Amino acid sequence: MTEQAEPLVAPALEMRGITKRYPGVVANDHVDLLVRPGEIHALLGENGAGKSTLMNILYGLARPDEGEILLDGVPVRIADPADAIARGISMVHQHFMLVPVLSVAENILLGEETMAGPVFLDRREAHRRIIELGRRFGFEIDPDARVGSLSVGWQQRVEILKALYRDARILVLDEPTAVLTPQETEEIFGVLKRLASEGRSIIFISHKLYEVLEIADRISVMRRGRVVGERIPGKTDEDDLAELMVGREVQLTVDRGQSHPGEPLLRVENLVVRDDRGKDAVRGVAFEIRAGEILGIAGVAGNGQDELVQALIGLRRTTSGHVRLGGSDVTGHSPRSMNEAGVAYVPADRHRFGLVLPFTIADNLALTRYYRAPYAHGVLRDDRAIEAAAERAVGEYDIRTPSALARASTLSGGNQQKVVIAREFGADPRLLILDQPTRGLDVGSIEFIHRQAIARRDAGAAILLVSAELDEILEMSDRIAVMYRGEIVATRDGRTADKNEIGLLMATGGLSREATPAGTPAA
Amino acid sequence: MTTPRARWTPRRAAAAAWGLAALPLIAIVLALAVGAIVILSSELILGGSFDPFLPVTAYRALIVGAFGSFDAIVDTFVATSPLVFGGLAVATAFKAGLFNIGVQGQFLMGALGAVVVGVALSSQPMPIAIVATVAAGILVGGLTGFIPGLLKAVSGAHEVVTTIMLNYVAVSVLAALVSGPLKVPGSPSPVTYDVGNAAYPILFGRNGHLGILIAVLAVLGVRWLLYRTTIGFEIRTAGTNPDAAAYAGMRPRRIIVVTMSLAGALAGLAGTDVVLGVTHQMTSSFGTTVGFDSIAVALLARTEPYGILPAALLFGAMRAGASLMQIQAGIPVELIDVIQATILLVLVATPVLRRLLRLRGARSGIATTPTITRSYGGEVAP
Repeated sequence: MTEQAEPLVAPALEMRGITKRYPGVVANDHVDLLVRPGEIHALLGENGAGKSTLMNILYGLARPDEGEILLDGVPVRIADPADAIARGISMVHQHFMLVPVLSVAENILLGEETMAGPVFLDRREAHRRIIELGRRFGFEIDPDARVGSLSVGWQQRVEILKALYRDARILVLDEPTAVLTPQETEEIFGVLKRLASEGRSIIFISHKLYEVLEIADRISVMRRGRVVGERIPGKTDEDDLAELMVGREVQLTVDRGQSHPGEPLLRVENLVVRDDRGKDAVRGVAFEIRAGEILGIAGVAGNGQDELVQALIGLRRTTSGHVRLGGSDVTGHSPRSMNEAGVAYVPADRHRFGLVLPFTIADNLALTRYYRAPYAHGVLRDDRAIEAAAERAVGEYDIRTPSALARASTLSGGNQQKVVIAREFGADPRLLILDQPTRGLDVGSIEFIHRQAIARRDAGAAILLVSAELDEILEMSDRIAVMYRGEIVATRDGRTADKNEIGLLMATGGLSREATPAGTPAA
Repeated sequence: MTTPRARWTPRRAAAAAWGLAALPLIAIVLALAVGAIVILSSELILGGSFDPFLPVTAYRALIVGAFGSFDAIVDTFVATSPLVFGGLAVATAFKAGLFNIGVQGQFLMGALGAVVVGVALSSQPMPIAIVATVAAGILVGGLTGFIPGLLKAVSGAHEVVTTIMLNYVAVSVLAALVSGPLKVPGSPSPVTYDVGNAAYPILFGRNGHLGILIAVLAVLGVRWLLYRTTIGFEIRTAGTNPDAAAYAGMRPRRIIVVTMSLAGALAGLAGTDVVLGVTHQMTSSFGTTVGFDSIAVALLARTEPYGILPAALLFGAMRAGASLMQIQAGIPVELIDVIQATILLVLVATPVLRRLLRLRGARSGIATTPTITRSYGGEVAP
């Protein structure tokens, strides 16, 4: 442990020797976790390292096979989430558990109604407490606002308020910053620090290293169901943590090297695209991508990126404007003809678009080219060629599976994404559209995918990278375009871009629009 | 680097077989139990002497009626063959995420097409007459499936609604034609001429006609189409994940039309099978329960072509053995409907059943093919 003298107060939470076995895996293998009062304790680990299992045990969603839980030094058995909440443990999930049509107050009261008599809610009292709680932690919130109309950052605050309203003493936050802009992240960190200064304990689950270093008082690193190390932020760094987390040395930021852009390959002119409700989601977007260049599109989710990408690959009709690929007009072409023209696409939602989960890995690898040689001759599928190609791809892209004939649903998220990447990158595309290519993946998989993308760029492909992860955009892009409410509000050079400026542009669209036409590449 | 296949062991194979067959078997056993309860309680309600072993007597008669002699077995096969075609018609549509309730209508229209051409060619050489008649049955059945497919592709009209409506249309068209233009002139009853040389030749036993062989070939053919061709890959992809199918450049609308036409053609073959193999002519009341039994067959087979054979055989055997059950045990043929309905109910209630019985490995056809749930209220991908 540390050389500091341990405080005499009992730890707020102690988990001792927690073991949880599922058929075939030990999700938690004698895990010890000690969280002191007023401590922000980060739980760091890759997907599948056992963080969620441990927290589910704490929250009463799973029962440990071995081990015990002590709250303030007293052993307890946590029966279910209601029991956990009653004991002062609250959880803020990555995907918020809020009812969008209800107001802030109604969401907070849900399950813990403050009553005035047997039937009616005491709204006034509830409002008073909510406003007071908000003030205490540095923000003002309108209890009558509809949750659905709030930004993601504010919705998260509602979740935290919900926990505080129940007087949570131990607050578990599962990847709270995954959906936030840098500014929102800073603000939430402020709130968390105030909470800690009141003596509440916070367990902060993350796989973002720099964040953990910034916010945590203590960091526990998990790997393969075990706690493999504990660190104090001042005495460690990102490389150390990454190595601990992955179990080998990891290169955190891929060296993107110098790009050598060639001729403009994709040219988008005044593109207008409607969303499902018939509103203009993309409003006159124009940009260019040259061969051998990565253009990153930064933006908070829901600012027209999805519609833009769908229009580019032919899944959504364009209202007006043009898409030109290597000189020929491909506006409104079908997904098949875009694919034939050398456009590959890694969709944001791999389960919905990228994969057919019950199918084999081999079939999934052939999903976009199943109809032509070598995968088929006429209408006849060539299973042998499909399997042979799949086995090559499994080796080349290091897809961890016992067999290329295993179902895609049996793979971990990172390996599923590798299947999509192998299929799309393997087609040797001229234009590669990457939509949130690393969402939800662990450090090792992210490193792999980034490397592959850089290699494709250096081989002369034009790459459009759409990501809500600003760090990914900053690390990967040669040029960055910021999308806000369906327009590109600014373009910056990827190497000199300022993170805070981009974050501000993402959140507000910029106060003054630039005079230069958006998307013009730097000369 | 090579990827080894999962090693084959007897234990693994047994586990896999159990995973496939557990729920259908449980459904059958439960249905027989419910049938026994119905028999016993009807005894109680009707009064008279109470024979606690009546269900045993009834089921024994059912089995003897279906498999007790060579002729009984052949008759079971005869009853099975239209169910094979019908089951394939439902299963193929399920594979594409479509719920084809219109097998009954497609079956009747296919039979009608076969009768028209069969009667016209009744004195032509047998091979020509049969090939042309079968083609007519396939074509008319296929067209009847094509219509709801087209409607769904063009306007999004749900196939469950349109196929049910077409079932009524088919019944009316058949009645009109058989009592009108197709009626034997001067005949007191609405009946068509005999199909003559177009009838399936008898290959074995008293009634074992060519259609039984065609049914087995159809299973192999559909299996081949679904798993060995690009069309089958498109059908399965569209049925399993329509969004991924659209993304992969497949054309969901075309797949819908093709699949429904194919399903209709298979149902048309079922109608042809009955006309050319059994009735050889048609009355205005032509029609069996094949169309609806087919849905149960497809579900029991978990929508897999190979599963259609045992599933259809079970239902065919119950139909074939029922008359002996009625004679020997005095149990009405309608008990078979009770048993079939219970099988269907159990299969549809699979999630509940799985929880009750704590079946981990066993999966129902419904759970593995998300088609039924998706089919209701499902939308056509653009």
